Formats: sequence, structure tokens, C-alpha cells
Amino acid sequence: MQKLLRQLLFPLIAVVAAFIVGGILILVIGDNPLVAYRLLLGSALSWPDGIGYTLFHATPLIFTGLAVLVGFRCGLFNIGAEGQLYIAAFATAWVGITFANLSAWALVPMCCAAAILTGAFWGAIPGVLKAKFGSHEVINTIMLNFIAVALVSYFTQYHYKIPGDPILQTAPIGWGAHIARFGKFVPGFPQRIPLNLAFLLALLCCFLVYLFLWRTKWGYEIRSTGSNPSAAEYGGISIRKQIVLAMAVSGALAGMVGINDVMGYRYRYYDGFSDNYGFTGIAVALLGRNHPVGVILAALLFAVLQHGGIYVDGFSEHVTKDIVQVLQGVIILFVATESFFKWFLSRK
Amino acid sequence: MRDIFNLALLASTIRTATPLILAALGGLFSERSGVINIALEGKMLAGAFTAAAVTYAADTKLGMGNASPWVGLVAAVGASVFIAAIYAVACIRFQADQVVSGAAINILMLGMPGFLSGAFFLSSGSTPQLPKDHLLPQSPIIIAVVIGLLVTLSWYVVYRTPFGLRLRSVGEKPEAADAAGVSVNKIRYSGVLLAGVLAGLGGAYLSIGQSSLFTRNMTSGRGFIALAALIFGKWRPVPTMLACLLFGFTEAISIQMQGAVKLPSGEDIPVQFIQMVPYVLTIIVLAGFIGTSRPPKALGIPYRKEK
Repeated sequence: MQKLLRQLLFPLIAVVAAFIVGGILILVIGDNPLVAYRLLLGSALSWPDGIGYTLFHATPLIFTGLAVLVGFRCGLFNIGAEGQLYIAAFATAWVGITFANLSAWALVPMCCAAAILTGAFWGAIPGVLKAKFGSHEVINTIMLNFIAVALVSYFTQYHYKIPGDPILQTAPIGWGAHIARFGKFVPGFPQRIPLNLAFLLALLCCFLVYLFLWRTKWGYEIRSTGSNPSAAEYGGISIRKQIVLAMAVSGALAGMVGINDVMGYRYRYYDGFSDNYGFTGIAVALLGRNHPVGVILAALLFAVLQHGGIYVDGFSEHVTKDIVQVLQGVIILFVATESFFKWFLSRK
Repeated sequence: MRDIFNLALLASTIRTATPLILAALGGLFSERSGVINIALEGKMLAGAFTAAAVTYAADTKLGMGNASPWVGLVAAVGASVFIAAIYAVACIRFQADQVVSGAAINILMLGMPGFLSGAFFLSSGSTPQLPKDHLLPQSPIIIAVVIGLLVTLSWYVVYRTPFGLRLRSVGEKPEAADAAGVSVNKIRYSGVLLAGVLAGLGGAYLSIGQSSLFTRNMTSGRGFIALAALIFGKWRPVPTMLACLLFGFTEAISIQMQGAVKLPSGEDIPVQFIQMVPYVLTIIVLAGFIGTSRPPKALGIPYRKEK
């Protein structure tokens, strides 16, 4: 218990410190921080809208947070979750459109597989490049983000858009590819709130990632590679294999954002749908101290901010929803300068 | 290709390559000293926003007329150096992970311009339009000369001055430099702050040179293209400039073509594929398919003096 509290202490300090910095900035532009923060945080607890939307916003962040976490645990920095989730979301929609006539029993697993496998594939590319050529995964994942965005935008614009549609989005996916929203089985929960089964999948993934990293041989090898590569290699672990495996798992997790957005929310691929989910995932993983439980808590915090941002935009005098990104940036900076560097250095 | 290679395209290439060259040269000083700079994007955003906002204020509030873009330019450099200083303190003094801090700066600067312009200009995202005659010089010839001088100067500083020698040695073998009496951290601070100056200039040129206002996320990845050019140019000034010109050319083409480039055979190349070129080339060159691109040895590793 005491160990848990100590784990929670530093992220809490970082968050509080970031809110203080944000508060000073709000004062500087001539507004009241308390009013702005009440708008930002207060809207999250209302039932059903506040809680429903917060959990909905948390879903992609849990996936990307886990993706970054798996990379970190192997000593890799996956800045490519953004590209992985775009490619995967498009592939999900492609399967949902191409096999639109299949029943849900066939189509839901197929679409999920498309999201997971495509994400894994796009994530594995920088893994292979690092394992084979030693080129740095940070640069390659950044480059692959831009390539992914351009690629899916091309396919959407030239091949899968309904002719005449002014919005850059694909045709709708078949009914069989839809997954249920919470409104379907939670009494009193309105169908219009897009919280869907992908949220439960995200929680399941937290548990699975925990099992994978701490209870399987592969996970053990990934963590050994991350904490001490030369010792791992001496112990007979193939570092190259672990790098590719970790990046593929990381990409698969990021890819599952496509399940939430395409199968549970928009029922089509919408170009540019990601609200920086991949980059926020970095903040989620770091603030969550690279642990699945921490990822859930951090994702919830950032989801609250994201949802509250809309209210700040609407009701505060000067503060805009940009305060959310400012807070995010400051939180990461604080986390980076304190706990992260200890952990990061101890892995070498 | 229906005459896409014309003078207008050349001028447009110089214009689009300019912010890239400035930012990439900045990245060069930082990375040669051993500090990774994925925060170029954030610094460019800081420069671009500050330049537009201060130029507007100097023009309308202080009535400085033609001098206002220069005031904006100086302010842009100041803002970008301030951001660079935060980054430098985090990475050098506190030995924070450089990639994480860089990502933090980028996210912070994605939000900050909107946060400030929402308060000062009551529009979240963009600054007011500036009059056309209150902008930085547009002539491609003037720009080409200035850029040429800057690249030459950078080359001279990096390869022909004591500071350049120290810069390179600190990035390659900080222990040896330290043993020879060079203050590793001091050199790294200078490298990162110089990156702030140059990336700030690059950002300012985007908002008050190429354009006449700041718009939300106006750099749209140019900081990363600059980083790509730096890698493509193997961390050397002249090849880096050439890489920026190549990448600027791909941008100029995609602007001029507004859609697709026609091949003589009548087929279209969609603009998305042209936009991909810099990124694909960088991955290829980093993997060692075209020569080898080797980063400075101590890149990304904080230096701790042995006690």
C-alpha cells in the first residue's frame, strides 16, 4: 500500500505543479483560474453526459498509452502511435466497406483483426529498421506518421470517398461492423453518447498487457531488453527479435483506436479524426509511470481535460480549450525532469 | 510535365525552403553538440506566433510602420530562445530525456499560441492580418543571398573555429572534450540556444515573410521536415541546405499543382505522394541505403562529469 502511494505521489505533484503554472498563465491573460478550472474539471462528473464522454475520450488514450508503454518497457520510444492508429483505422473501415454484406459474427472479428494487424504491421516497420539497420526508431516513427497520414488521405480522397461528398471521409461501413454503444445495455444511458464496447476492450487490454509483460516469457524478455540490453543479450535473449516484437505489439495497441472510432463512433473512416491521440499517449504512459493501472488513471485525467476543454471554450471569458494542451505539455515536462530520467537512466 | 520547372517554381522553392534551412541549421548546432532536437517544431511555432503578434502590435499600437516586422523578428527570436532555454535547462541541467522533453515542448507550443491569441486577439488560433508592406522582404534574390551567407557562416563556425571544434568534440566524445578542459554543458547550452535563434527566425519567416498572419499549427510538421533534412544532409551544413532545397521543392510542387502532377504519359501523381517524398527519403538514407548517415556519437546522452 505504501509502495503504491509513493508511486502515485510524484505524478500527483507533477499534475498539481502543472496546474499552478497553468493558473499563473491564466492570471497573466487576465482571467480567473478558479473559474476556468471549475469549467475544465467540473463538467466531468455529471451523469450521464460528463461521465459518458469522459470514458469515451479515455478509450483511445488508454490504447495509445499502452502502446507507448510497451515500447518504453523495451527501451524504445514509439512516437509513431499517431500514424499506426491512422493506418489501422483506415484498414478497419476498408474491411467494413468491402465486406459490408457479411453478418456481425463474421465482420466484427474481421474488422478488429484488420485494426490490430495493420497497426502491428505499421509499428513493426521501425522495429525492423532498428533491428536490421540500427536506425533510430524516434526518427523513423516520426517519418512514418507523416507517410501514414498522406497515404490514408490519398486512399480516402481518390478511392473510398462517396463522389460529391465535401468532407474527406469514406463511405459508411456495413451494419455488421458496428459495435454496441453503452446505451444499448445500460439502462438510462442515452444512445447519442458514443461510449462503446471498445472502452471495455481497452480495459481488457490493460489487463492483457500486464499479463504479457509481467507473466510471460516474451514479456520478460522485452523488459530485460529494455532495462539492460547487454545483460539480456548475454543471457541469450535476441534483442533484435524483442525490438520487432515490442514495436509490433505497440502498433497493434495503437491500432485498436480504429475499433473505437470506426466501429463504435463514426461508422466510417474520417480523415484527420485523431485529436493528437498518439502524442497524448506519450503523456499518458509517462504520467502513468509505464504501468497499465497508471495508464488508466492518466488517460482518465486527460479525458476529463479534453471534455472540459469544450466548456472552457464556451463559457470562460478569455481562456480557450488550448489550455488543455498547455497543461499537457507542462505535465510531461515536469514528469520528464524528475522521475522519468531516473528510470530512463537506470535502464542503460 | 506541363512546364512545372519554371522561374516561378524556383522562386517558390527558395521561399518554402527558407524556414526549413533556418530550422535545420539550428538543429545542426544543437545535435552536433549532442542534444537531440525534435523540439524544432515547437520553437518554430513560438517564433511564428510571436513574430505575427508583435508585428501587429508594433504596427497598430505603437505605429512603428515599416520597422514593425523587424521588431516582430527580434521578438520571435526572443520567444524561441526562451523556449530553447527551458528545453536546455531540462535536458542539460536536469538531464531529462531529450526526446520526451522535446515532445513536451511541441505539445506545449501547439496549445500556447491559441491560448494567447484567444486572450489578446479574441480568436483562438490566428492573429489579425498584417498589411502587405509591413512584412519581411519577399524577393527570392535577397532571401537566397541571406540564406547563402548564413549557410557559409555556419559551415565556417562548425569547421573552422575553436567553438566549432569544441561543438563537434562535445557531440562525439564528451569525456575527451571534458578532459581537454572544455565545459561540455556550456557548449551544449550554446548549441541549444543557437537552435532557438535559428528556429525562431525560421518560424518568423513563415508568418511574416511567406504569409501575413499566424494560423493554428502553421508549421504543420516543418520542424520535423527540417530534422529530416538534417539527417538526410548527414549533420553537415551544405548537404543539409541542399536537402532542405529538395524538400522545399517537393512542397513548392504540391502547392503549385493544387492536386495532382500530370506525367507525360497522362497519368496523375496525387499530391499526397509528393508530400511523402522527404519522409521516405529520410527513412531510406537513415537505414544506410544511400551512403551512411551517422549521427553524432553522444547524441541524446546527457553528460555527467565523473567525480
